[in-house]
Amino acid sequence: MAMIRGPRWKRWAYFYIPLWLYMIGLLFPFYWMLVTSFRPDNELYRSWRAATNTPLWTLNPTLEHITYLFTNTTFAIWLYNTMFIALISTIISLFCGLLAGYALARLKFPMAGGLGASIFVTYLVPPTLLFIPLADVIRNFRLQDSPWALILTYPTFLIPFCTWLLMGYFKTIPKELEECARIDGATRIQAMIRIVFPIATPGILSAGIFAFTLSWNEFIYALVFLSSPQQKTVPVGVVSELIRGDVYFWGPLMAGALLGSVPVALIYSFFVEHYVTGLTGAVKG
Amino acid sequence: MLRRLLEHEQILAGLLLLPTVLILSLFIAYPFAKGIWLSLSSATVGNPGVFIGAKNFVKVWNDSIFQKAAQNTVIYTAIATVFKLGLGMILALLLNHHFRGKRLVRASVLLPFIIPTVLSTFAWKWMFDPTFSVINWTLYYFGIITQRIPWLSDSNLALGSVIIVNVWRGMPFFAITLLAGLQTVNPELHEAASMDGANGWQRFWRITWPLLLPVTMVVVLFSVIQTFADFQLVYVLTGGGPANSTHLFATYAYQIGVAAGLLGEGAAISLAMFPILFVIVILQLWYIRRVEGA
Repeated sequence: MAMIRGPRWKRWAYFYIPLWLYMIGLLFPFYWMLVTSFRPDNELYRSWRAATNTPLWTLNPTLEHITYLFTNTTFAIWLYNTMFIALISTIISLFCGLLAGYALARLKFPMAGGLGASIFVTYLVPPTLLFIPLADVIRNFRLQDSPWALILTYPTFLIPFCTWLLMGYFKTIPKELEECARIDGATRIQAMIRIVFPIATPGILSAGIFAFTLSWNEFIYALVFLSSPQQKTVPVGVVSELIRGDVYFWGPLMAGALLGSVPVALIYSFFVEHYVTGLTGAVKG
Repeated sequence: MLRRLLEHEQILAGLLLLPTVLILSLFIAYPFAKGIWLSLSSATVGNPGVFIGAKNFVKVWNDSIFQKAAQNTVIYTAIATVFKLGLGMILALLLNHHFRGKRLVRASVLLPFIIPTVLSTFAWKWMFDPTFSVINWTLYYFGIITQRIPWLSDSNLALGSVIIVNVWRGMPFFAITLLAGLQTVNPELHEAASMDGANGWQRFWRITWPLLLPVTMVVVLFSVIQTFADFQLVYVLTGGGPANSTHLFATYAYQIGVAAGLLGEGAAISLAMFPILFVIVILQLWYIRRVEGA
């Protein structure tokens, strides 16, 4: 970590200008999403070479696209579905991950290494490898077009991650703490719940935030397992209900993309540090 | 009685692992076995099908669209990973300085990674629009182009456009994890090297890069798997078109297995990813172990 040194031109050439270019490149699509959401249709659909006074912003902001979203589509229901599914599958994954992570970090039992390794391997299985047979399994369980199809399948990629992260966390907690509690008469489970889990709260929070954003982001399972408009999540709803054949309703589309991103962005902004810990912990293992 | 059982380490471990093992075997192991069965059968939607051996794989192997998809996936993964690593490394080095607004900058850098991919990809699709593209408008305004660039409608350019979006989305992940690695590098090493007359590039190549290598390899491993198995970007941006020129394994599997309902053939296409992914994972794990062991 160094201060930026050297003459002024050097600082600009090697630091400020490149950083600004990065920021513009990374954030412009979100800016464009925002502008499009509030720009009236007659300004949106102008040819790329047409002269316009305010190409990069608008002087006539409108709420028509957002109103369209809430009156002509079931966007509010999609938001609710996404939230509900992400929340429940995160809770399930945290529960499983806490128990499994504790067992793998603390208990001695045959096949501990093998189980740990196979949980790590499932962590590397991409959803696109299994979506076709999984859709068949979902049909057999009569879960198709139900939020439970997603609530039960999202943990397949969330649990390995949570287990892995929390296992690392538990290993940093000294064993003596538990042993003291057990000498004082606590059972193993009591020691686990009362002593170990509270100390691991930051880890639980990191895993939870990360799992929540991952479920909010998931697309292919939601696309394949859900079919009726009332059951869809935001990403699938936006794809399937705001495009008619070849016609894209760009105003409502961008408004939907914006409003669908806001909840995740808000949660992220409150817990940036936890999220980054989760992210870097996820690759450190 | 129950108390005594729960004190027993092996029984407790079994109980604690039960929910995880149950979910993973029901929704990973079982579908995996089922996928292998499907890929060897003539199953379609609503028809369980019969065993037909490797016919699906033979058919897929000789399918020119599948060959194109396989080729695309390799190109897509290779080019996108190189750019994500290069640009992510530069960004990490930039962010590893003290400057005003650092926390805000670092937090906003990750936005492309946390915003739901499908939603941000729509913003790109709108920016690539054939008639209303803001990118074309800007380039035209500054006199760089006179003809519009057909970002997604030209079959050669489309894959490049998809790669741009993939790099845009994945690069922050590289930058932030590499930054975490950079912060563990002891600054005294750099100071000592400067005193010995090493320039910036030499210090990066001789000190930073070797120390970061283990982190880099793990990040690359994750990214390669994700990119190789990518679906959302292509599904939204091109749908595999124009003329099936931008399909990846996953999007082609979707088109055959879900849109056309040919479960057996679709399962064969997505399972075709498996041996390649398997080799990538084994190679990288082996390499990571070697680097960390050294």
